[in-house]
Amino acid sequence: MKMISRFGLGLLLSSSLVTAHADDVKIGMITTLSGGGSHLGVDVRDGFMLALEQSGRDDVEVLIQDDANRPDLARSLANEFMQRDEVDILTGIIWSNLAMAVVPTVTRQGTFYLSPNAGPSDLAGRMCHENYFNVAYQNDNLHGAMGAYMREQGYERPIIMAPNYPAGTDALAGFKHLYEGEVVGELYTQMGQTDYAAEIAQIRDSDADSLFFFLPGGMGISFMKQWESSGVDMPIFGAAFSFDEILIKAVGSAAIGARNTSLWAYDLENEANDRFVEGFQAAYDRMPTLYAAQGYDTANLILSALETAHPDDKDAFREALRAADFDSVRGEFRFGPNQHPIQDIYVREVVEGDDGQPTNRLIGIAIEDIQDVYYEQCEM
Amino acid sequence: MSVTLLIEQLLNGVQLGTMLFLMASGLTLVFGVMGLINLAHGSFYMVGAYATAAVTASTGSFLIGLGAGMAAAAMVGALVELLVIRRLYHRPHLDQVLATFALILIFSEGTRWIFGSSPMRLSPPSWLTGFVTLPGDTRYPIYRLMLIGVGIVISIALYVLISKTRLGMRIRAGESDREMIGALGVNISKLYTVVFALGAGLAGLAGALVGALQSVQVGMGEPVLILAFVVIVIGGIGSIKGALLGALLVGVVDTLGRVYLPIFFRAFMPPSEATGVGAALAAMLIYILMAVILAFKPKGLFSAND
Repeated sequence: MKMISRFGLGLLLSSSLVTAHADDVKIGMITTLSGGGSHLGVDVRDGFMLALEQSGRDDVEVLIQDDANRPDLARSLANEFMQRDEVDILTGIIWSNLAMAVVPTVTRQGTFYLSPNAGPSDLAGRMCHENYFNVAYQNDNLHGAMGAYMREQGYERPIIMAPNYPAGTDALAGFKHLYEGEVVGELYTQMGQTDYAAEIAQIRDSDADSLFFFLPGGMGISFMKQWESSGVDMPIFGAAFSFDEILIKAVGSAAIGARNTSLWAYDLENEANDRFVEGFQAAYDRMPTLYAAQGYDTANLILSALETAHPDDKDAFREALRAADFDSVRGEFRFGPNQHPIQDIYVREVVEGDDGQPTNRLIGIAIEDIQDVYYEQCEM
Repeated sequence: MSVTLLIEQLLNGVQLGTMLFLMASGLTLVFGVMGLINLAHGSFYMVGAYATAAVTASTGSFLIGLGAGMAAAAMVGALVELLVIRRLYHRPHLDQVLATFALILIFSEGTRWIFGSSPMRLSPPSWLTGFVTLPGDTRYPIYRLMLIGVGIVISIALYVLISKTRLGMRIRAGESDREMIGALGVNISKLYTVVFALGAGLAGLAGALVGALQSVQVGMGEPVLILAFVVIVIGGIGSIKGALLGALLVGVVDTLGRVYLPIFFRAFMPPSEATGVGAALAAMLIYILMAVILAFKPKGLFSAND
């Protein structure tokens, strides 16, 4: 933790000490650094700052603020960044409900917003905007890809489970969209629920042959630990949000064998990813998660666009972003017409690593060139 | 919709109830004896879980960790009573709420500062993992059965403590007339510290036991705290007997509601809607229960000051 703050601070100091040039670029980052699930924001920030550090540019200034997972705070921070600091680009938001509160006002006022994580369907469809770019995924992508993968693997009676809130219902809808078959049951849990005994008993009581769930953050940890001791023997599947490197280490052996879809894996072989994973471990002394990879790609996309244009020239800069001319850590990456990614989704399996701790291993591709279904509603 | 499912869910409800009782007993004692509303009770739950996780990781023994967690929570509780709570007894309830809310924020940020924002790892020891097969072919996790057992033992111990010992006599006296017991020469400030530490220790034990089943993370105590408040309001503030009954009631109603409400609505609704409506109503069920009980018994089932 100390290392990170020195890293970020050093960058802030060095850029504020040199007299600010008119053509310096200011980036505002609003992300979740405190409260539940703050490891997501910390990783986005650290991945982003790593990319800047590696680029060696000293004309990019990043201002970082913590939104504490509160939509109202995120909104006022965004206004502060735009009016007082006059930033050129905003980025950083983790949660979809915060993105919905912030992004439309930001893009309407002519500031660029690049999403390093959240991808709510509205922003991909009817509320899309020419100044909004999603560098991570549309929310449905990973769940849909898992639906397609489970179908292909021959699972015929999945039971599916998610918390009863917008991203949870979206997740199950996304899954069913690409699963192409009947599910034997849908379970909705409460947001922030910690005891899953009732759900586990229902899963046992059903005649399902597999379980798909979306339980981000601490909810997934609780569920999997209770699942292990329940004696139910059924393969489990999910999206990477329940299986990032930090979560599975807290879960322990209960996570072994779970398969999950992700847009990135640390053992994906390409030059950019090697540079990223090695650099991240050297700088922060821990394994990166997919959130760090998304932060890293977001920064590199911005840097690639800055090579051809300055954000003051909005049209030229937007064109440069659309070209997505950077080396993504996930391999091929391009934008669809609604400025959301078209990308491959991979399948990873949780295995026991060399140190005896659970870790993710890449086992294949779930679906190639997945694109969200909302781009047709987008009029730009 | 089988009998085994029902048995399993009843056990789950009782297990949730016993853990709620550990939380609620401390809360109701502190309110009953000292007249203090303590929102920071959930922080002791978290302290117990973190201390257990840290000690278990370094010693390798879950039992030592459990003892350390309970001791740490009790010690932190005593310290908080001496430094902060002591100044609040004669203040209005709003001041107490404000001060103990500040304590929640301090404990949460302090924990993040020491242990970081990632969840900590704490798993039950290998001899408590796995499941047992009960009559009727119900499989039930050993660890959850153990939790029920611990809850029963603690309930009996508390009953003996309150009704058979000198300390218990003073606690009961404090509940019925706070000023008189002081006038009779009982060292009231020492009694308060002991009661507060006892409550904090029980919360810490609950946090440690449940933390091994769920996840040990910052803010884990607050959802439980809300349930514990529902429990003591239903049971009657200040009453240990009420807390036990209220906890079991809330545990069983909450668990059964979550399973059977969606099934019930599926009888006359399309499945996806039934799941949504059932889940939403299940989330409200214990609050409806609380409202109904308060409508007939405004002071709860067993009020200490009747």
